Amino acid sequence: MPDVNRGNRPLSPHLQIYRPQLTSMTSIVTRITGNGLLVGSLLIVWWFLAAATSPEYFAFVDAILTSWFGDLVLFLSLWALWYHTLAGIRHLIWDSGSLLGLKSSYQMAYGIIGGSVLLTILTVLVI
Amino acid sequence: MDYTTDRKRVTGLGSAKSGTEHHWHMMISSAALCGLIPMFVFTFGSALGGTYEEVLAYYQRPFPAIVAILTFLVGFWHFRGGVQTLIEDYTRGHTRKILIVCFTLLSYAAMATGIFAVIRLAL
Repeated sequence: MPDVNRGNRPLSPHLQIYRPQLTSMTSIVTRITGNGLLVGSLLIVWWFLAAATSPEYFAFVDAILTSWFGDLVLFLSLWALWYHTLAGIRHLIWDSGSLLGLKSSYQMAYGIIGGSVLLTILTVLVI
Repeated sequence: MDYTTDRKRVTGLGSAKSGTEHHWHMMISSAALCGLIPMFVFTFGSALGGTYEEVLAYYQRPFPAIVAILTFLVGFWHFRGGVQTLIEDYTRGHTRKILIVCFTLLSYAAMATGIFAVIRLAL
């Protein structure tokens, strides 16, 4: 096995070969939301640090987080957070070996999209 | 003549040797975050927008403070694992190593900063 030809092997087709499907798209968005959440989390950590430092520093950072820009980032982060959470739950279900069929995968994909929007609106209303 | 099967000959020759454990840690942290995230969203959400004194008083209560500490701890731990997978999928060689080191440091720095800040607010 170690003397196998490594230079000229056929490569498996990658993403750009396939037509976009709900299953692949929801998976890609899971990755984007998960990593994109870094921006919002760093803002929140900064806010906590400012609150722990001094009233002046808090006023400065709090003004940024409650500005239209902060609102936009936190609103998008909120949706990303709910989306990533629901998609993560779907992964935990899949890891247990259940609901791996095409039909249930699609149903869960619709559930994630609808659920994340619904939870975002609900959270904004509650808060 | 070698009687070893192909399967046996390649066992242990993979590059990472820790993929299963990595996945298992992501499963544990995601299970924890299923509970922590809703709690953090609603506690932090009600604190945000308050005055300095209100925020201070709010995070001196045990529940919001403990939820925030656990969320920073598990959240950034989960992020560290996730971003490592992202880097491993799209980069290679030195770039990959440097990026993994940088984002690991960033994750722990953000985790420590957040936890320190909450403890300082709470005490």
